[in-house]
Amino acid sequence: MKYSYFPGCSLKGLGRAYEESLLPVMKHLGVELVELDDWNCCGATAYMSVDEAQAAVLAARNLAIAEQTGPQDLLTPCSACYLVLNKTQHNITDFPDIKTAVHRALGTARMTYSGKTNVRHPLDVLVHDVGLDVIKEKVVRPLKGLKVAPYYGCQVVRPYSTFDDDWNPTTMDQLLATLGAEVIHYPLKTKCCGGSLTGTVPEAGLRLTYILLKEAARRGADVVATICPLCQFNLDAYHDQIERRWGPARVPTVYFTQLMGLAFGFPPRQLGLQRNFVPMKELPTERVAG
Amino acid sequence: MQIKRTIKYEADRVRGFSKEIMSVSGCEQLQSCIQCGTCSGTCPLSIYMDFSPRQVMAMVRADFKNEVLTSTTIWLCASCYACTVECPRKIRITDIMYALKQRAIQEGIYPRRFPIPVLAREFSEMVRRKGRITETLLVMRLFLKANWRAVFASWRQGLGLIRTGRFVLRHERIERRAELDAMLATVGDGKAGGKEAS
Repeated sequence: MKYSYFPGCSLKGLGRAYEESLLPVMKHLGVELVELDDWNCCGATAYMSVDEAQAAVLAARNLAIAEQTGPQDLLTPCSACYLVLNKTQHNITDFPDIKTAVHRALGTARMTYSGKTNVRHPLDVLVHDVGLDVIKEKVVRPLKGLKVAPYYGCQVVRPYSTFDDDWNPTTMDQLLATLGAEVIHYPLKTKCCGGSLTGTVPEAGLRLTYILLKEAARRGADVVATICPLCQFNLDAYHDQIERRWGPARVPTVYFTQLMGLAFGFPPRQLGLQRNFVPMKELPTERVAG
Repeated sequence: MQIKRTIKYEADRVRGFSKEIMSVSGCEQLQSCIQCGTCSGTCPLSIYMDFSPRQVMAMVRADFKNEVLTSTTIWLCASCYACTVECPRKIRITDIMYALKQRAIQEGIYPRRFPIPVLAREFSEMVRRKGRITETLLVMRLFLKANWRAVFASWRQGLGLIRTGRFVLRHERIERRAELDAMLATVGDGKAGGKEAS
């Protein structure tokens, strides 16, 4: 199994623990990832607020490189990248003016794009291509007794996801259960974390983050599992400010790939778990015989 | 005491604005809005907005350009797409918010030092120059442009990022920057965003 890999800027910066855990976990499962040649920023939500045509060109350059170099399935772990690349893919097909603009832009570098790149999320690939049975075989240290709140956030499930539900996605729930974790009922699983408003308008943005953490704590979660670097940052790095405003809600937030790595027997440091502001408690050390 | 008129006159409308927005790809469905308010109900941020998303839809359709472009609503939209997937008329409300943000930035009528449009502009400038974003450097630029005092409020977070090895000071960049530049130049004016208003 081989995929092109679009890390996105966050996975090289604030979200590096996502990449640090994703790569060994995928390798362990026999999934080969080829980092997209000279990939550029997807544009995220910010560029779309400035210039829509340029935002489409930014995303399209990545889609075109993936189509050209292959494999055409492009693994995209960051939620913002996943949304923007998928959105551009749809818009190129649906709107002739965007298609024309994109083709003219790509033409300056003698590039073309015929729409063959397939933007895939790691959850989709893990559950539907690799399969939960294969993942289960690799579990050497089940996450027994670990209560996990599965938090998906917005932009993977809405509005372009093809592999799960808009409001009640379950792929990560299934995956975490396969690892032996106790997946708690978490109705806020697709509620917005506030995005970049946590930094720019904290009185509104940070409150959304606080609500997510408070609810996870109220339901007894040991840890929140996330699939998005911005969600992870918001839920992990603002506890000081949250506590000052509304009181404590100290539940650690980690990437689902970090929990997979732990269940596969990787040491926490190899999975970037030391990068958390609020660290996750160590799992019991005993291993279950193979 | 300042006296302000509390209802709108016909003359406050900017003719053609609704047509302009509805001609943007993805925004055509706005004309079928039934004002049900589902968008406002699903929006996690509507409680902070000066006009609810439903009101903004009605105002765009009625050509109240100035009121819409100066509203906090468009900048508080966090792009969670809850309204877009729930709208019974399949109106892409999030995309309409983007179309409005673009026009507010182009016309420079967003509030000065209001950090969200400044973030959008600094972000796009860094992408144009480097091809990629280095988040920590972006946030520092944002602090300098919008609110340098915030640096002191967030010093513990900054230290935390250094401690956890997430504070990146070296610019991430792509190799074929000229290629990206040439591509972007075919669809833009070479500048990201408009000028800042006072």
